[in-house]
Amino acid sequence: MKTILTLVAAITLIFSFGIAGAAETLNGAGASFPYPVYSAWGYEYNKATGIRLNYQSIGSGGGVRQIINRTVDFGASDAPLKPEKLEKENLMQFPAVIGGVVPVVNLPGIEPGAIKLTSNALCKVLLGDITYWDNKIIKKLNPDVPLKHKKITVVRRSDGSGTTAIFTTYLSQVCPEWKEKVGAGKAVKWPVGIGGKGNEGVANYVQKVKNSIGYVEFAYAKQNKLSYLRLENAAGNFVKPSFESFQDAAASGDFDPSKHFYLWLTNAPGKNAWPISGATFILLAKEKKESNPKVVKFFDWAFKNGDDTAKRLVYVPLPEPLKNKVRKYWKSQGIY
Amino acid sequence: MTRERKRKIESFIALSLSTLAALFGLFWLVFILGDVLIEGIEALSPALFLNDPVPPGVAGGGLRNAFVGQLMITFFATLIGVPVGVLGGTFLAEYARGSKVARVISVLSDIMVSVPSIVIGTFIYAILVKPVGHFSGWAGSAALAIIMIPVVLRTTEDMLSLVPWTLREAAFALGAPYYKVIIQVVYRGAAAGILTGILLSIARVAGETAPLLFTSFNNSYFSTNMNEPIASLTVSIFQYAMGPYDSWHAQAWAASLMITVFILMLTILGRVIIRWRYGKR
Amino acid sequence: MPVLFKKNPIDVAFSIITGLASLSVLVFIIGILYVLFTESSPAIEKFGVMKFLTSTDWDPVRESFGAATSLYGTAVATAIALFIAIPVAIGIAVFITEISPDFLKSPIGIAIELLAAIPSIIYGMWGLFVLVPIMADYIEPALQSTLGNVPLIGILFEGTPMGIDLLTAGIILSIMIIPFTASISRDAFNLTPEIVKESAYALGATKWEVVKNVVIPYSKLGVFGGIVLSLGRALGETMAVAFVLGNNHQITTSLLDAAATITVTLANEFTEADSDIYLASLFYLALILFVLSFITLAIAKFFLLKAERKFSR
Repeated sequence: MKTILTLVAAITLIFSFGIAGAAETLNGAGASFPYPVYSAWGYEYNKATGIRLNYQSIGSGGGVRQIINRTVDFGASDAPLKPEKLEKENLMQFPAVIGGVVPVVNLPGIEPGAIKLTSNALCKVLLGDITYWDNKIIKKLNPDVPLKHKKITVVRRSDGSGTTAIFTTYLSQVCPEWKEKVGAGKAVKWPVGIGGKGNEGVANYVQKVKNSIGYVEFAYAKQNKLSYLRLENAAGNFVKPSFESFQDAAASGDFDPSKHFYLWLTNAPGKNAWPISGATFILLAKEKKESNPKVVKFFDWAFKNGDDTAKRLVYVPLPEPLKNKVRKYWKSQGIY
Repeated sequence: MTRERKRKIESFIALSLSTLAALFGLFWLVFILGDVLIEGIEALSPALFLNDPVPPGVAGGGLRNAFVGQLMITFFATLIGVPVGVLGGTFLAEYARGSKVARVISVLSDIMVSVPSIVIGTFIYAILVKPVGHFSGWAGSAALAIIMIPVVLRTTEDMLSLVPWTLREAAFALGAPYYKVIIQVVYRGAAAGILTGILLSIARVAGETAPLLFTSFNNSYFSTNMNEPIASLTVSIFQYAMGPYDSWHAQAWAASLMITVFILMLTILGRVIIRWRYGKR
Repeated sequence: MPVLFKKNPIDVAFSIITGLASLSVLVFIIGILYVLFTESSPAIEKFGVMKFLTSTDWDPVRESFGAATSLYGTAVATAIALFIAIPVAIGIAVFITEISPDFLKSPIGIAIELLAAIPSIIYGMWGLFVLVPIMADYIEPALQSTLGNVPLIGILFEGTPMGIDLLTAGIILSIMIIPFTASISRDAFNLTPEIVKESAYALGATKWEVVKNVVIPYSKLGVFGGIVLSLGRALGETMAVAFVLGNNHQITTSLLDAAATITVTLANEFTEADSDIYLASLFYLALILFVLSFITLAIAKFFLLKAERKFSR
């Protein structure tokens, strides 16, 4: 009996500290929007330094919740928190990378990018006012596309999501009816559609459900060969989601460190700007003095070495001046 | 004679329907197990057991971290759950035998066995994750232990009750104190039954996902530190199956195969022990 | 009787330790109730009880929450599951106890029990990968073109067949509870005294008449208890339905629409709720689910105990 007890105590003790012991782990959670790039960066960082970045893609809402509850070392959210909220929760915030949200469809036999929509038409589809693919509004915009009389299934997020926040912020900007009926946020009351968990879940459902339309970060569309739409931007041009059109949107952004970089990039004015772009943000708890410098070190490493990886996944790395602004911000917070 | 015939026909139809029902049930078993087997075996590879996850798009990822994590979470849940369950069952069957307290606790345990496991996850999140400040393997084990305890407790109680009272009286007559009688005589007599209960309770919790979502969370790296978030097969299956990548789907099938085989083996082992010890039932 | 032996100090200690261990169950139940109640108190204060239960709002932007949509989804999915599972499970029990040749009884029994042991996440994943396409491509269009045209029932099958909906969730749930319901029903049937059955056969009764007039009346309490127990199980099942329900907070008349159950809402939104009232509302849902399934299971237990007592007498 006694030997068993000692054995149990010993095992418990060992596992509390970890046998592998040495490996340091940074725990982060939040947005699924940048998950492909964070996990790729983390993988390379681990190879370079041995430090592990455990990033769990649970949704931006989750990132905010878990950093407020201090259950992770850093949170990630595509929806920037307002400066007041940051002060209240004693948090810091900085952007990490820029990307685009793209509407994707599952229409057998139709080429990616073949269909164009105006912001108004997109809004009507999501409000449930346009219910069939051969609706005359869509037909008029796409006279050459063989659209069938099939019912549209909207696929959207079921979890608290920054992708949703970027998407609904855009819709609220361009569509008064959306603003009035639904509004913008990480989770909204959707008029129609089925909910998938994370960008992963939406991509999965769009793949499985024919005649569906959903919205995902572009990397998910690209990795899974989902068919995207062209959209009309603020300058009145129909643009394709691409590195260039995201970059064009990013160019218009003026991030202000004194506001903790709070900024939306949706409906950007650039001539070729993709209208649903956004930065994704990292949230740190001010009192986590021990882990914060380590998190910052990781992102500093990513700023220096991660641009190619980001581009490969069609994210836009922060422009050099913005990176320096972020570094200055870190310094001012005493974590760099 | 028409009445007689009608009765016969009625009987025939009803019995045919029952047979069809049984075939229907077996059909699903074959269908589901068949799919898991075919898709799972196809996706099995050494990399699955030897490698840790890699970012989507990079080849050669595995679920080593999740296999180890699952074993650890289940092991520690067993370490907490089994002693509490066995001791609790002992109290009900021995010290409190036949009393009202025993009956109430026994009924409550039966109810607890079927309580939604996701609720237990939220409970542990509130008491072990939020106050501590991070997700942890311990929280996952605690959640599973709570599910385990009532199962072990009830089977222990039942198995101890099956041990004939005369056996205890014989030991008392030799002057042994009750605790010694329990440990040396009663436990020995019921050992096979208790072991079965333990095996079945492990089978029960090994496939649980819902209580782990908010407790042990997930970890994309190999970790044996129970103070950290830790990967588990079931949560990985949920993440991977809901994800869009084909490589994830394949790994989810392979993981499902492994976990199903593990649980079915435990269940069959439990039945074999019962049969060997207590004869045909 | 045991009191006699408590003189020994080790014995006293042992009895206390075992007693505490058995009390743990009670501690968990009270602890869960207490913790869920405190965590959800902001939502209880803000929305009240009746208003929360009847409100169909689930609007994180305006921070207005209600349980009605989740309760509705839970109720409908469970109803579909029981509607399919009860007749099948009883059929299986009749087959095992009355029809099957002896050499098949035990293998089929084991097979059914193995089906009960498969983890629910496997059912869920299998549902998403295998059942959803079958439902979307064959079964749902077929239902629409047949039952969809029947007045009244027709509205149940409106909408687009996409496989991610209440009907698919209900079917997966039914597959999951069939073995469970069947094995309890079988145990209940087995309690019928052999002698009574023999007498009925001697009077010239057919097998079905014996089942209908002897076995079922004898075991109805047990079977009913088993059904309620399955109901309790189905109410709280998460993973089997989380894959195929689409987490849609709306009450729709069609079974071919996505919906949300309490469990699926929790699984999808619990770690992600950003505002405090949102999280409190989720804890509130968990509390409701706990109370609901606790009561259901208690009722089931009541009937099962009654059935047991009837035979022990």
